[in-house]
Amino acid sequence: MDYDNLRHFADSWGLLYLFIIFLGVVIFLFRPGAKQQAVEAAMIPLRDSDEGADSK
Amino acid sequence: MFSGLAVDDAFRIHMGILTFILGLGAIIAIRLPQPAADAEDTTGYMDGPVRIGSILTVFWGVIGFTVGLVAALQLAFPELNFGPWFNFGRIRPLHTSAVIFAFGGTALITTSFYAVQRTTRARLFGGDLAWFVFWGYQLFIAMAATGYLLGITQSREYAEPEWYVDIWLTIVWVAYLILFLGTLLKRKEPHIYVANWFYLAFIVTVALLHVVNNLAVPMSFFGSRSYSLFSGVQDAMTQWWYGHNAVGFFLTAGFLGMMYYFLPKQAERPVYSYRLSIIHFWALIFLYIWAGPHHLYYTALPDWAQTLGMVFSIMLWMPSWGGMINGLMTLRGAWDKMRTDPIIRMMVLAVAFYGMSTFEGPVMSIKSVNALSHYTDWTIGHVHSGALGWVGMISFGAVYFMVPRLWKRERLYSLRMVNWHFWLATLGIVVYAAVMWVSGIMQGLMWREYDSQGFLVYSFAESVAALHPYYVMRAAGGLLYLAGSVVMAVNIGMTIAGRTRTEKPMPAPAQLQPAQ
Repeated sequence: MDYDNLRHFADSWGLLYLFIIFLGVVIFLFRPGAKQQAVEAAMIPLRDSDEGADSK
Repeated sequence: MFSGLAVDDAFRIHMGILTFILGLGAIIAIRLPQPAADAEDTTGYMDGPVRIGSILTVFWGVIGFTVGLVAALQLAFPELNFGPWFNFGRIRPLHTSAVIFAFGGTALITTSFYAVQRTTRARLFGGDLAWFVFWGYQLFIAMAATGYLLGITQSREYAEPEWYVDIWLTIVWVAYLILFLGTLLKRKEPHIYVANWFYLAFIVTVALLHVVNNLAVPMSFFGSRSYSLFSGVQDAMTQWWYGHNAVGFFLTAGFLGMMYYFLPKQAERPVYSYRLSIIHFWALIFLYIWAGPHHLYYTALPDWAQTLGMVFSIMLWMPSWGGMINGLMTLRGAWDKMRTDPIIRMMVLAVAFYGMSTFEGPVMSIKSVNALSHYTDWTIGHVHSGALGWVGMISFGAVYFMVPRLWKRERLYSLRMVNWHFWLATLGIVVYAAVMWVSGIMQGLMWREYDSQGFLVYSFAESVAALHPYYVMRAAGGLLYLAGSVVMAVNIGMTIAGRTRTEKPMPAPAQLQPAQ
């Protein structure tokens, strides 16, 4: 595979591949029921028990 | 041993330094009291490296800013070049590496250890592996820094250390990756929090960039010189693929991980939109990797590659601003904290600077704008608004957050000193960035000024002479920023010593307006 082939592969199929992954991520994020999961995930850092004592 | 076999002087001295550091480290390790094996708590979080890391972050910050001030003064007053060790050519990489890799890198390793344990609710993987990663990285910094002063460099920006130091960093970095992945695998929290995604992207990508960019053949196994595997324009492109992604994944992705953990913690509320943060992540990593060619406009690099770099750089606006809005909106309904909590103020300013410098960056990557800005001080100003404003401020905020918790102190020694630090640093950045805009645009315009006959109006030396007042002002901005970091060092030191300063509580009078 020489440079030209590699480049044409990268800016056609390679680009498409990455773009489809990205679309997949977006669709997955907005599927029904994802909102509740996201709200729970966002609370992960705040549910940390080992720091109950301190405030500032 | 390597000193004896060395083929050049610099390598001989450098190996001598290595022997000295390792010997000193061994003596200290032997003299330290052995921790009682049964008293060692292996069930909780491993915070030893995080404690040392917090101290060293502040230490390297002060050192890096000091060297930066020296470099700024050398530009303004060339008499300050004390050759050969303290010439600008050696001080400059010492400054960039001290702030990016020593200060920024230590901050990233430290905060990633802290955040990954608390978001996975698992102890760091691999026992003492964390100590190896931590001290191994510090050894890399010491070798890189002493190498620059000796004149050992492979002349690749932000990747100056020579082959043997690079190999050492590769070993340390792979250990870091194993440590991080291992901790994620043994997590007790089913979901991997978004901050860890950013940290992981930073670790993986930096490993990839570092290895590819440093593919080189040493001239001798006992010498400090090596030659790159690439040549010509490929070599330049590899370097800037590395260089820009060092900005994208070291100074952006890693510190975004910091933002997504420490900003919600300090604000005591969850991030504005978790789903936006995931989109932010994927868009950022897919786009950033292509932006490197914008460093090579109007060079031998093929036109299509230059245009590709420009298009992807401009597209970066979207994830960057998505991330900034997400960070700022986390404070919705809690904007009063800006008035009462200087740490929040610091973090918000950091996010604001993230937004501003990622707005400025794509503008500068437009080819016609770049024709004016390239090689001028505008670029330096842009880098510093990102580095001082975003990277510096978010790291300071994270250290101020961690230290009282790590040493189980009720509060910081002084919140008012945090406030002083905030204003000194902010003023320093504003002075620095504004001065560099003016001098950079002036420089660019002087270089391209033609008279009616088609001759250049100014010689290069005239443009240099015109910059002098701006260089003095720039040094003043740097001095303010350094002063802020010294205030921080005192504050952190006193907090660790267990002191609290008697002072008026922080809810401030009305004239202290929020930063924005």
